[in-house]
Amino acid sequence: MKFKVRGTDTFASTGGRPFDKNKPLIIFVHGSGLSHMVWVLQTRYFAFRGYSVLAVDLPGHGLSSGESLKTIEEMGNWVGDVIGAVGCKEASLVGHSQGCLVTMECVAQHPEKIKTLTLMGGASAIPMNPELLKLAEESNPKAVDLMMDFAHGPAGHFGGHPVPGLYHLNVGSMIVQNKEIKDTLGVDFRACDNYKNGPEIAKKLDLPTLSILGAQDRMCRLKDGKILADYIKGSEVKIIEDCGHMMLLEEADQTLEILKKFIAEHYPLPSK
Amino acid sequence: MDPKTYKFDTLSLHAGYQPSKNAGSRQVPIYQTTSYMFDDVDHAAALFNLERGGHIYSRMSNPTVQVLEERVCALEGGTAALATASGMSAIFLTIMTLCNAGDHMVVSSQLYGGTVNLFRLTLPKFGIKTTFVKPRDTEGFKKAIQPNTKGIFGELVGNPGNELMNMPEVSNIAKEAGIPLIIDSTYQTPYLCRPFEHGADLVVHSLTKWMSGNGSSMAGILVEGGTFDWMQNDKFPSMTEPYEGYHGLSFAEEFGPTAFTMMARAEGMRDMGPCLAPQNAWNILHGLETLSLRMEKHCSNALKMVEYLSNHDSVAWVSHASAPGHPDKELAEKILPKGTGSMIAFGIKGGKEAGAAFINNVKLASHLANVGDARTLVIHPASATHSQMDEATLKFAGLSHDMIRLSVGLEDFEDIVNDFEDGFRAAKKPRLVANK
Repeated sequence: MKFKVRGTDTFASTGGRPFDKNKPLIIFVHGSGLSHMVWVLQTRYFAFRGYSVLAVDLPGHGLSSGESLKTIEEMGNWVGDVIGAVGCKEASLVGHSQGCLVTMECVAQHPEKIKTLTLMGGASAIPMNPELLKLAEESNPKAVDLMMDFAHGPAGHFGGHPVPGLYHLNVGSMIVQNKEIKDTLGVDFRACDNYKNGPEIAKKLDLPTLSILGAQDRMCRLKDGKILADYIKGSEVKIIEDCGHMMLLEEADQTLEILKKFIAEHYPLPSK
Repeated sequence: MDPKTYKFDTLSLHAGYQPSKNAGSRQVPIYQTTSYMFDDVDHAAALFNLERGGHIYSRMSNPTVQVLEERVCALEGGTAALATASGMSAIFLTIMTLCNAGDHMVVSSQLYGGTVNLFRLTLPKFGIKTTFVKPRDTEGFKKAIQPNTKGIFGELVGNPGNELMNMPEVSNIAKEAGIPLIIDSTYQTPYLCRPFEHGADLVVHSLTKWMSGNGSSMAGILVEGGTFDWMQNDKFPSMTEPYEGYHGLSFAEEFGPTAFTMMARAEGMRDMGPCLAPQNAWNILHGLETLSLRMEKHCSNALKMVEYLSNHDSVAWVSHASAPGHPDKELAEKILPKGTGSMIAFGIKGGKEAGAAFINNVKLASHLANVGDARTLVIHPASATHSQMDEATLKFAGLSHDMIRLSVGLEDFEDIVNDFEDGFRAAKKPRLVANK
């Protein structure tokens, strides 16, 4: 659906159900250069089971208008504003990769609004390889190829997408390339590289938090994901074996099952 | 720093398959099965509602067929693919997903005869009309576009005359009009050309041909490039508007670069059911493993054949984009740098009767209605593959009565030549030989 955030047209997938502000809200936040489309194997499930779902396109990404936000802090604040913009008071957040930094920032800036936090493929800092950063800022398609290479685990490189017929290396690549690379991926990579508040913010988080980590993740390595989880008080950690950074696509079923249990326990539907 | 994603030959052997998820089986297993167990009622509901991936019923998807789909998709550089029972069903499924009654297509006139009949005779029954344009008439494609046109369709190298469509320029015309370009790339295979790199949005193949190369199994496939923005205009409401069949799902919004394939599977396979048999998918996968090796030999034999035929006193003309003086030679060198394929059309001196005598007297070359087999194949299109066309349509499609269509195989070149010499010898005395 389209709605306004700070006066700018914003798009979010509602998982195929009409948005209802009276249902518990889950907001999904994508990673660098990507869009709502990476979440389809998680969002539709919750949308058809009593939740309101928003898989947002950050400004300038996917189907959202405006320019990409330049810092993780701005993005975190923007996600907080989304909640009010759709007429809600609170939400659970799910972030992937850069989206983990963004959602942590959102919790730090709007603690009263956020009920649970799920971090997929996260780390407390995501410093960029300088060459990759330069390629992305020059809109060189090689940046996307490198990102897809790093983002998928060894098994993911062979394919075997949960949805028959999809070849996920190219799906991710096309999502990024449907926009000018420097305006989305380039800006996002720079924002990740500049962001240094992760450890301090993580130590202050005080809400039910789940980290889902890929054992073969080369973008945000398993050990870095564990360090982040250790910073967060009481954080639950689930590791998916034989999986890279794109667990939401590479191992979509396992990811959904883990998320389902966490949401059911910490953010259940109100009893009728 | 370079990406270490797998390259073409590796993908042709491995893409889409993980042994660790299949009992360690190194070869792709044949899932000769119709239906798949649900974990519980919630799992079943999620699968039926496209909330999660997985198999329900082999009309929609099958694990063996899925490997083939991903493998071809990887080789083409696409985002999603959908295998079908034949190349024709892939085309029909594509058009039925793209168009509604009252819509219009712009189509290259030089096509396999079955495809011509589909657009000329069958699709009008569903209210879908076509304007045919000669493949070299690039401006003609632009002029033929109407407000209700939903796509441009063509074979890059037309069957059987070997005229090339200027894919990059026609792609620009399609983009300007906000409609997709669909390329039947059967003749090229992704080894010779990856149409998405030249502006195509959707690609279809008959996998029966070079992709398998063994002449054992029928199969087709639709591949999506993920390049087309279905939401750029209001021409494709079935992609962009809520779809009643899946609780108001908008395929374009939800699935973006894979939306077309998702809809073709969810609607087309559900309702029309042209599914590929797993055994056939497995046979095609075997062929794909050697695609590069075979295409190299197909092309090298074809080049020698063009030279041989061009210098033969029984041959009136030769059409192959590698041939000196071919009008599309420059374009072919740009789009098809690895080779222009193994289909050759040539005119035999003495016309139809000489052609019949030639075909009746070659022994190694097989006379049949197929192309892209590992074996050399010949046919007289005007009396076989394109025989359902009237004279005017034949002429418009670039066919003549002296034309012989040759699909050059992988045999030793000298053996093909010796066989052809027998054919040409007989063609010089057509009445005598034809009546014997």
